[in-house]
Parts: sequence; structure tokens; C-alpha cells
Amino acid sequence: MEELLFGKLTWDSVIIVQEIEDPNLNTFITAGAAAMIPIGGVMIVALLWWLKWWKPLISWVTSVDHKRIGVMYIIFAVIMLFRGVVEGTLMRLHQATAIDGGFLSADHFNQLFTTHGTNMIFFVAMPFLIGLINIAVPLQIGARDVAFPKLNQISLGLTGAGGFLIMISLLIGEYATGGWTGYPSYNGKLVNPGVGPDYWLLSIGLSGIGSTLTGVNFAVTIYKMRAKGMTFMRMPLFTWTALATSILLIFAMPPLTACCAMLGLDRYLDFHFFTNDMGGNLMNFINLFWMFGHPEVYILILPAFGVMSEIAPTFAAKRLYGYKGLVAATMCIAVLSFMVWLHHFFTMGQSTTVNAAFGIATLLIAIPTGVKVYDWLATLWGGRIRFTTPMIYLCGFFILFVLGGFSGVVLANPTLDYQLHNSLFLVAHFHNVILPGTLFGILAAIHYWFPKMFGFRLMESWGRLTAGCWIFGFSVTFLPLYSLGLKGMTRRTVDYTDPSYVPLMIVSGVGSLFLSLAFLFLLVTFWRSIVNRKKLAVPFGDPWDGRTLEWWTPSPAPEYNFAVLPEVHSLDAFTAAKEAGTAYDPVEKYEDIEMPSNTYYGLIIGILVSAFGFGLVWYIWWMVIASFLGCIGTMIAYAFLPQRENIIPAEEVRRIDEAWRREARETQGITRDEESNETNKGLARPDILPSV
Amino acid sequence: MSESKTESLHPGLNLGEEHGEDHLEAETSVFGFWVFMMSDLVTFGMFFIIFASSVTALAGGPGPKELFNLGSVAWQTGFLLLSSLTSGMAVLSLKQEHADTEVPRKKLILWLLLTALLGACFLYREIADFIDMAANGGGPTRSGYLTALWSLVGLHGLHVSGGILWCLVMVVGVMVRGVDRRWKLAILRWAIFWHFLDVVWIAIFTFVFLGGLI
Repeated sequence: MEELLFGKLTWDSVIIVQEIEDPNLNTFITAGAAAMIPIGGVMIVALLWWLKWWKPLISWVTSVDHKRIGVMYIIFAVIMLFRGVVEGTLMRLHQATAIDGGFLSADHFNQLFTTHGTNMIFFVAMPFLIGLINIAVPLQIGARDVAFPKLNQISLGLTGAGGFLIMISLLIGEYATGGWTGYPSYNGKLVNPGVGPDYWLLSIGLSGIGSTLTGVNFAVTIYKMRAKGMTFMRMPLFTWTALATSILLIFAMPPLTACCAMLGLDRYLDFHFFTNDMGGNLMNFINLFWMFGHPEVYILILPAFGVMSEIAPTFAAKRLYGYKGLVAATMCIAVLSFMVWLHHFFTMGQSTTVNAAFGIATLLIAIPTGVKVYDWLATLWGGRIRFTTPMIYLCGFFILFVLGGFSGVVLANPTLDYQLHNSLFLVAHFHNVILPGTLFGILAAIHYWFPKMFGFRLMESWGRLTAGCWIFGFSVTFLPLYSLGLKGMTRRTVDYTDPSYVPLMIVSGVGSLFLSLAFLFLLVTFWRSIVNRKKLAVPFGDPWDGRTLEWWTPSPAPEYNFAVLPEVHSLDAFTAAKEAGTAYDPVEKYEDIEMPSNTYYGLIIGILVSAFGFGLVWYIWWMVIASFLGCIGTMIAYAFLPQRENIIPAEEVRRIDEAWRREARETQGITRDEESNETNKGLARPDILPSV
Repeated sequence: MSESKTESLHPGLNLGEEHGEDHLEAETSVFGFWVFMMSDLVTFGMFFIIFASSVTALAGGPGPKELFNLGSVAWQTGFLLLSSLTSGMAVLSLKQEHADTEVPRKKLILWLLLTALLGACFLYREIADFIDMAANGGGPTRSGYLTALWSLVGLHGLHVSGGILWCLVMVVGVMVRGVDRRWKLAILRWAIFWHFLDVVWIAIFTFVFLGGLI
């Protein structure tokens, strides 16, 4: 009876119980992490109760507004980033002391590097970027919403379900120990019959379906919903990279779904896809995983490139240099990213010819990437540069990302890879591209678009300090790992005996403390800015003298984005209108605006899919069946429920929009010298000659 | 948009201008579904790749010659191809006689039900074959080859089951609410889905069954 109700779940599965039964520093850390879940949950509920935020919370989680969904993605990602940073710091501190045995058990250490990788890729970087795409793309193309608003909510629900599974594994049971790539046979049933690999494959498999749907949604949004006159070659570069990312999501996520499903069939139903006996072949898993895994790398980096392509021209007050080249380079990288997956396992027994072909294809990617870096540099050349927080990230990116790219070129050579694979050199390489590339891009974008979401800027003082801390922390933590890798230290090592590793390991450990500090400063930036939000308000909506459409509407952007949908005649349409002096001219005709109204659809699907995943992990079959039928029932029910639309009357739109335009015409804007001052109310006065 | 009204808005059968705004709405909706189908095609592609790499992984178990019942597979193919025709007729009746009157609605419902019935016949034969295979020692846990076979054919079967359920929901929807925009768009998307399953089945028939018996 108990098995029928709870499956494999017992009291001993709860991590805190394990700490009570066997107390030591290692179990104390696991128990502390586990306790974060209920304590954090209770604190959040108490806070919501105390602040009476239930109603706003409901209106957010049921919202289909792309901006709100984007913000929810980002909040989710920040919470997961907290966990990821703590895990990373723990591992670095452990390795710094590992010559004396360190303070973590081997199994705990293995879980840490597995969750750290899975978490950072799937639940930090991807939600961050998808959140930014959600916020910026419809605004940049002059649309009122995405193509499928409800589907967007469901994608968020699925991502949340994946996040729930990886979080609950802290409290109940254990996570996988086989690294973020989860190779069989180690993650097969024979070696690992526990719940860890099931948590792993369900959390990424289910959230992966959400990412596929996001890809579909944004590809259709960009193809079909652009403003009048916005041809493909007039789209902002961030939108281009979002399109490339969407295409990658559409084609690269199915291999992940497929290989998770197959591994699941092996584990649950004794199939023989990847087993060692009975005709299974584990290389099939590795190939499928990296057919997803390599495009995934570009899913992570392309939007960051897009952000840099927005920041460089804005903060240099110049047109983007080599727009066409950047578009071509973006699409080149997107295509090439499908042709290089094998370089993740050069050493796994292919012929030299195959290795050489994939090595050359990999080296080719350096060309379009190089084109991009030169284009950004040329954009800055001779510009009216302001050294704001996003620009600091851009500078860090220039130097550090290029370094990471170079080490990638080294690794792309199969002969060298035989020496370097599985060493800390590799760990240094991919952190060197993901942190200065993706993370710096994300943080720069948050500073850049924050006013558009919330109506006030983030504080420059704290922002700059945070940026410096990330750059310094990154350099101190990860650059020594190159050297250690060349000395032969392998990755994922729980202990070592060579004393020559110790000094640099300690340096790296200290660096990780700076990264933790940087995360703390990021939170402080948010907190101090919220406190000072009145002084930092930018109601006119254009705090940086922006060039693209998203700045051509008040901040925070209204639910319907644009009172009147803009018409585009050139690249950088907003700059063109400002230079012609027509940006805030009165509009004659307003129309009723139809917006989709709130729905519980995504929330219900998210909760049911979470239950589905949890039930599968613990073999609680009634829960699996009930939640699966519940999902189908929900979809059918929503197919019959009337679709409600919110009509915003033309008169109300006119009242708000006319006031904004009139005030903008009557107010004198600020020049770029005052950009970081309190006088910046989001109305820009061009103070240099029209851009060339 | 007005000048392009007569052009085809998306690949496949378009609703006409006489459908008012519905045919414009179909542009986004149907295009989005095409994109999703491309993604689904990649999923099938992955199962095909695994199957192709597992044809020799018999592990001493039974192979195609011992397990396949080509007569039954031919029947399945016939049912599915015929159901594609009837689903096409459903869309045609939707397109030509768009007015929400009783007669075209009855026609539409009839074609939809016929499609669902043919789909069910297909599934019935497929499941019977699976049961036979399992009884002859050809269950999915027997070898890598059988794992890949069951998964690929089973994935297609799951899609067909989903398509039948979707079809029945639409029949109820059309009966309850009439042929309004929502159900029109649903039928257009479902038709793409159904034809897609036919195409996938032809690949399965050729490579898995005929290829296996050569």
C-alpha cells in the first residue's frame, strides 16, 4: 500500500534526515542546501503575505504579456544563478583544500559538478536569454505581442517544471553524478539504479520541450509580426540573433528530447538503446546529445552577440559598423554550429579523417566570430563613447572572450585535443567563453533594458562595481585553470596528490569568492536601485539615446507596447525620426487595441508537468497517470473555453499617448554628458552631428 | 496586406477571402504549425538514425524475416493513405462550403469521423502486429534492433493516437460551437499533422518493413 502511494519515496530520501543520522561537515552542507528549499519557500510565502502581494503575484503568473513573461524568466534565472554560483564556489574551495582531502564527500562533489553544469546551462543561461528575447524582440520589431502568447506561457511553465525538479532534488533524494552530459553506461540502470539520473533526464527533457516551443514562437513572431516597412535587412541585430537562436532551438532541441526519451526507456522499461549488451550502443547517445549540445553553445552565445551589437552603437552614438557582415556572420555561425558536434569527443575512436573534417569545420567558426569582433571594434572607432556599465561588460567581453575563443581554436585541433581533453584546460576554455560571452552579455543587457521593463535605471555606481567584480573574479578564478590543465590536472577531480597544483588552486579558490561577491553586488544593485527608483525614473522611455524601436515608447512600456504601431523606413528607425525631428509628432488616428487577457493555462500545465516528472522519478504511478491525463484534459478544456480579449478603448490610448508626446515635445532633453545623472528622464537631445 | 489577399498565405490549403479575417489569422497559426512540424520531423529523424545504426544489432534475437507480417503492414498502409484522402476531403468541405449552415457541417463531421475510423483501423492492426511480435520473442527488450524498431514505429503510433484524439475533440467542438475561427484553424493544422504522419509512415514502410525484408 505504501509503495502504491509513495513509490520509492521513503523518509530516508529526505536529505535533512540523513544529516541527523550521520552528522559531519559534508552532510551539513547538503542539509543546509536542502533546508534552503522549505525555508526559502516559507520566507517567500510570509513575505508575500506581509506585503499583501498575492493579487499582483496572481496577475503576473497568469499574464500573457511578453514583457512580464520575460521578467519572470529572468527572476527564475537569478534564483538559479544563486544556486549555481554557490555550487561553483564550493567546488573551487573544495579543490583548493583537496590535497588534504577537502571537505566534501566524493559523491557530493560529483553531484555538485553535475548540478552546477546542468543548472547553469539549462536553468540560468537559457532562461536569462529567453527572458531577454521575450522582453526585447516584440518591442524591437514593433509588434504588440508574440505570435502565440499562451504558448509562451506554457513554455515558461515547462521551464519552471524543470527548475522545480532540479530544486526538489536538493531536498528529496539525490541528483545525478555523471556530469551535465549524463553519458550512459554510467547513467544507465545497471550502474546507477537510483533516482539521480532520472531527475537529470526529466528536468532537462521537460524544460527542453518548453525551449522548442519558444523557438517556434519567436521564429513565427519575427517572420510574421514585424512592423510595416521593417524588412529583414532593417531588423535590429539583436532580433537577427534571436531569429538565429530560434531556428537553432527548433532544430537542436529535438535531439535532446529524443536522447532523453531513449535513456528514459532504457532506464524505465529495460530497452537497449545505450546498454553495453544486447545490441545497445552508447555512442548513439553521445552523438545525439552533442547534435543538440553544440548548437546549444550557439543558442547561448548568439543572443549575447546580439546584445553587444546593440550596446556598441548605442553607447558610441554611431551606426553599427558592418551591419550586413554581422547578419551574414550570425547566420553562418548558426549553420556551421550543426556541423561540428563531433569535436566534443575527438578521442572516442573515430578515424583521423573524420576527426580532421570536424576539426576544420570547427576552426571555420572562428572566421565569422572574428568578423563580429572587428565590426564591434570598428563601431566604437571615432564614436562618442560613454563608459557606462554595459560598456564595461563590453570591454571585458572583448579581451576575455577573444582569449576564450583562441583557446577554443587550440582545442579544435584533434592532435592537441588528445593532450588537452578532460583536463582543466577545457574547463577554463568553456568558462572563458560562457562567462565573458554569455554572462557578460546578459548582465549588460539587464542594465540596458531594465529601464524599459520597470521605468527606472539601475544605479551606475553599483553597476560598475559589480561589473568590475565579475571581470576580476572571472580572471582570477579561471585563467589559472589553463595553466593547471597544461600541467595535467584533470577535470572533475575530487582529490589529487601533486603539491605543485596547490598554489594555483588556492588562487582559483580565492577568485571564486570574488565571483560570489559579484553576485551579491548584483543583488545590491537591484536593491539600491529600487530604493532610489524615483530619482532614477526615465518616464519618457529613451535614457540612452537609443536607435531602435523599443525606445520609441514610454518606460515602463505599456501593455500594448505601442499606442500606434510604428512604420519603418530605414535601419535604426528611431534615430532617423529623432534626427528628422519627427519622433514625438502628434498622431491623428488611434484605434481600439485588442490584447489577450490573463489565463491560468501555463500555470496549470507547469504544475501538472512538475507532478508528472516527480511521479516518474519516484515511481509514483498514480501521480504520473493523473497528471498526464490532467494535461490532456487541460488542453481540451482550453480548446473549448471562450477566448477572451481585453479591449483597450481608443480614447484611453489617445489620452495616454498624446500626453506623452506633448510633454516630450515641450521638454528639453538631456545631452549624453548627463546620461548617468538624475536629470536623465529618458528624453535624449542629440548632441553630436547626425551619424554617418 | 490587402493587395496580397489573393495570394497563397502559407504552404498547403488556404482558406479563401470569403472567410473574412479568419484566413489572415490562419497565416500565423498555420505557419507556426509548419515550423513545429519541422521540429517534430527532426525528432523522427533521430529515431530513424538510431534505427539505421541498429539494423544489425540483433544480439541473437529474431530479425525481420521471423517477425514481420507484410500483409498486415500493407493493410495498415492502405488505411493510413485512405485516411489522408478523407482528411483532405474534410478540409475541402471546410474551404468550399464555409458558411456555418447545417449541410456542410454534417459533411465536415462525416469526413472527420471517417478519418478517425480509418486511423483507428490502422492502430488496431499495428497493435495486433506488436502483440504477435512480442509473442514470437520479438519484444522491445530483446535486442538493440527491436528496441529501435518498437520505438520508431511506436512513436509514429503515438502520434496517430494523438491525431485521432485531436480529430474527435474537433468533431465535438464543431458540433457544439459550429465552424468558427478556432475550429477552422484547428482543422487546418490537424490536416497538416495528419498528412505529415502519412509521409513518415511511407518512410517507415519503405525503410523499416520493405528494407528489412529485402
